Amino acid sequence: MMNQPLLHKKDSLTNIESARLSFPALDQSINDHPLVYFDNAATTHKPLSVLKSIDQFYSSYNSNVHRGVHSLSQKATELYEDARKTIQGFINAESTQEIIFVKGTTDAINLIAQTYGRSNIQAGDEILITEMEHHSNIVPWQILAEQNDCKLNIIPFNDNGELILENIDHLLTSKTKLVSIVHASNSLGTINPIETIIRKAHLKGIPVIIDAAQSIQHGKIDVQKLDCDFLAFSGHKIYGPTGIGVLYGKKALLEKMPPYQGGGDMISYVSFEKTTYNELPYKFEAGTPNIAGGIGLGAAIEFFQSYNINNIIAKEQALLKYGQQKLLEVPGLKLIGTAENKTALFSFVLKGIHPHDIGTILNQYGIAVRSGHHCTQPVMTHYKIPATVRASLVFYNTEREIDFLVEKLHAVNEVFK
Amino acid sequence: MSNLNELYQQVILDHNKNPKNYGQLPPPCCSAEGKNPLCGDHIDVYLTIEDGIIKDLKFEGDGCAISKASASIMTTVLKGKPVEAANEYLEMFQDLVTSDQPNEEHKDKLGKMAIFRGVHEFPARVKCATLAWHTVKDAVEAN
Repeated sequence: MMNQPLLHKKDSLTNIESARLSFPALDQSINDHPLVYFDNAATTHKPLSVLKSIDQFYSSYNSNVHRGVHSLSQKATELYEDARKTIQGFINAESTQEIIFVKGTTDAINLIAQTYGRSNIQAGDEILITEMEHHSNIVPWQILAEQNDCKLNIIPFNDNGELILENIDHLLTSKTKLVSIVHASNSLGTINPIETIIRKAHLKGIPVIIDAAQSIQHGKIDVQKLDCDFLAFSGHKIYGPTGIGVLYGKKALLEKMPPYQGGGDMISYVSFEKTTYNELPYKFEAGTPNIAGGIGLGAAIEFFQSYNINNIIAKEQALLKYGQQKLLEVPGLKLIGTAENKTALFSFVLKGIHPHDIGTILNQYGIAVRSGHHCTQPVMTHYKIPATVRASLVFYNTEREIDFLVEKLHAVNEVFK
Repeated sequence: MSNLNELYQQVILDHNKNPKNYGQLPPPCCSAEGKNPLCGDHIDVYLTIEDGIIKDLKFEGDGCAISKASASIMTTVLKGKPVEAANEYLEMFQDLVTSDQPNEEHKDKLGKMAIFRGVHEFPARVKCATLAWHTVKDAVEAN
């Protein structure tokens, strides 16, 4: 497998069909069955080019960035900054100064809460989020609410898992200072109409944060066209390594924000009397960064961009349609989250059988799904269920794998009949 | 699939479907709430203790087949036993589901609980199996 050539014929259908060959970890058996990896919303697998980029960094260019005059440090800096440029181009940010490397989406949201939030949101102010946020887009705001005595308002969703926007104008009050919404839900798959929400918030002069953790890998995001003020995503959910992510912010906003953490690299001059901070984006990148992670993320995005994004969307939407029909063949199965516009993600419950038991049995057949509340307990509360089984697919998955899942869900029903 | 059959034995499936001592006890009783934050599982246990003896024991909650069956069988095992037994059994049970070689001497004492040995092959499910036992211990300690 490791010697398989990377078959890249840009824009062709074969290209998409052979994408699977680029992922060594997909080619293995679990409990004597070929791995069916349906836990992509938790983390995707990594293609060879990403693994190679990390290996090459440590085996050839390992050095610290932005510090040494020696050749290795310069090469490391060049590769790390090239990755930033790749990301800038990928989301169409105006400048690399707007691309801040962070640990992941959670880190990015905490950064905004503790810098922009702490200095701009006062007692009595409001922050608007949705009922379907991941805990990482709830808890940082609750911490801020305690610190600054502000409050959270919630956009509800209907039983299909679609946001109810009829009352959005009332939810955006004169006290709303920030809107932070998930682009695609990690437990329902719903893709939210963020364009509408951004437009409405901007009419009232309110900045908007987009949590793109579950959307960046499924479509094309253009931050200038969207006109979002901040956008956050994690590298490991778009075929990159863990521990690296991106915070995009509009330069004008980032410049006015105080730094997040103090330390090396984020300063311009330090004396015991006064320290002046470095320019963007380094002001927000204290300490030695995750250099290999940044380089790996750059390689992941190059890998992603080597495909025609429309082919990726078409493949994933075909998997969604196929799965939605096939899964309903399983007696007692109920899909949780049936929005019109969604990612290839199936959250479901089986009558009388706990999601954990389903997950354990499926794993015996090599099928990797997630069972639990997916860090979205308010979503579980909405449906009055403790947990769901979640099968989350990306373009390297196949209809045959869905067939196998359906077959083994029948087997689960047999065990508990 | 033998591991799976070992885990989901008929007795476990039966207790999952028709749990024993399911419900609440009226006050005065001691109770505790057990949670598995990882999966959202949740259990409440209620005990009536008289003269150091567990007179009555009930549970209620949301959980998988393993946690529910474990709670159900636990109530039948602990009823009528001295309160100290709660802790003793928890340790024996923990040993049963985690040790590579569980203590043979416990076998008789564990009785029906021995069917949970299959959990040993599924480390991710140990917390499910022991949740009720930990919760009883909390209830006794809070008493």
